[in-house]
Amino acid sequence: MTLRRLGIYSAGLVIGAWVALPLLLITLAAFTPRDLLYQWPRRLWPEEFTLDTLLFFARSAGVLRATWNSVFVAAITIGLSFLIAAPMGYALARYRFRGRDALQLAILATKMFPATVLSIPLAVAFIRWGLYDTLLGVAIVHTALSIPFVTVIVVSVFLSISFELEEAAMTLGSSRAQAFLRVTLPMALPGLAAAGIFTFVLSWNEVFAATILTLDNRTLPALIINSVVAAGAPLHYRFAGGFFMVVPALVIIFLIRRYLLTLWGVTVR
Amino acid sequence: MGVAEAERPQAARRVRTDWTPYLLVLPTLVFLGVFFVYPMVQAIWLAVTDPQTGGLTLAHFQRMSADLYFRPAIRYTILITAIAVPIQVALGLAIALLVNTRFPGHSHFLYLCAVPLGISDLAAGLIWLSIFTERGYLNAFLQAVGLVAQPITFLTFERPEWLLGAVILTEVWRATAIVMIILLAGLQLIPKDYVETASVFGANRWQTLRHVLLPLLRPSLQTALIIRTILAFQVFATVVTLAGRQTPVLAGEAYFWYSLYRSPNVASAYAALILLLSGSIVWIYLRVLRQRETEVAPT
Repeated sequence: MTLRRLGIYSAGLVIGAWVALPLLLITLAAFTPRDLLYQWPRRLWPEEFTLDTLLFFARSAGVLRATWNSVFVAAITIGLSFLIAAPMGYALARYRFRGRDALQLAILATKMFPATVLSIPLAVAFIRWGLYDTLLGVAIVHTALSIPFVTVIVVSVFLSISFELEEAAMTLGSSRAQAFLRVTLPMALPGLAAAGIFTFVLSWNEVFAATILTLDNRTLPALIINSVVAAGAPLHYRFAGGFFMVVPALVIIFLIRRYLLTLWGVTVR
Repeated sequence: MGVAEAERPQAARRVRTDWTPYLLVLPTLVFLGVFFVYPMVQAIWLAVTDPQTGGLTLAHFQRMSADLYFRPAIRYTILITAIAVPIQVALGLAIALLVNTRFPGHSHFLYLCAVPLGISDLAAGLIWLSIFTERGYLNAFLQAVGLVAQPITFLTFERPEWLLGAVILTEVWRATAIVMIILLAGLQLIPKDYVETASVFGANRWQTLRHVLLPLLRPSLQTALIIRTILAFQVFATVVTLAGRQTPVLAGEAYFWYSLYRSPNVASAYAALILLLSGSIVWIYLRVLRQRETEVAPT
């Protein structure tokens, strides 16, 4: 038994270090003075720390605006995907109707679909529709990507709240809509918030579609990848950028840790 | 699910068709129709039509396959997928089993292992660039322990296998978390009695894993395999940040043909190719995994 425990802990330690070490290193790189990054012999521990590298990144052309664009796109994406997918999640959880199983399968299929490549034909269509190089256009693609995730989490949230509570409210004289708004929705809020936060990460991280669909109105990942590919941005810019993009992820995964299994757990049977 | 099962008969008892659910589902269907199904058809359409005349043509596919980067792109995409995905599944399974032992501190461990879920392919590429670049942490470490005097250039076109290795390592680091979460969710659905029964009948841990857990985990394994493989076919930012175009991949070529050469048609041909590859791999998985099930059944 103790030998097994020793095995479990050492495996946990090795795997934990494998995940954590690169995160620590990029953090270290982001606070290392610029000239130390290019020195040889390169010291592992910089001895002195500075905000200059991060400030250089933040002050680089377009970074602040791209950050704002990213947040804006994520906000529209959250709004749109809830407007569209939440009613569907509610319907799947609360009603039994013809085609329900087919719909659930279709949702799973969209999650498994190589969706980002669709941004190329969409770019052609967006030029015609006047959505090209707009933040709304990027948000629309991000919405399409996040719909399956919002749906599964909304379904699980409403399944976990007993319908009898809504029924009780209705027998006490409220309409179905009132029962939903006053009884079910407040209880569902934490789960829905988790879905919203996850949608934010999905949009904040998405590179391919954002790069294809924008020219001037870049989101942050699109700006970074473009400055790496086209302009050959210096290493300290890249490290600071990498760190800058990772920080929200750490916070957000922590906030939604209870819902991680729901987001990914649904399988093909 | 239990609550819903109990409630459903009440909803189903109504004779009159209730149109509310259809109304609630409608927005999603319309949206996915316009922004999912339509571009899919459009991708194939763009790939086979002439932009000037509008007639059918194979010219875009010919331009695509005549390109210098085409064959390497296919080769590298398949190589990355074939090497990275099995490692991700094996490692993901190991972590999921480890978390499922519920050792003290397992929830913190789970959070740590899930962190890469929130990290983009772009950020992951930049993180590992800080390790593999010439004055990076790997060289600093090798120098500190006295293995090298001068920095080794890991990421260079002269060593394509090192570039590939760096990309695969980054992909494993970033995307194992998805596999782990899917498998952990699957493991938690397996009733504890099954494992206990197996041990009552004298099965050791390995036998329990092999004959009880893994067969029951098959749907989750299948899902994890399909999701990871399809995402691996679209690998883009990790490769671009670490190797530029020296390790060409299909999604990267689609990007270069669209942004650099301004040819949406050839880019769409690449998109159509990725769709085709993904579709066929799902078909193969579903067939192979189903066959294996019938093979195993008699034993």
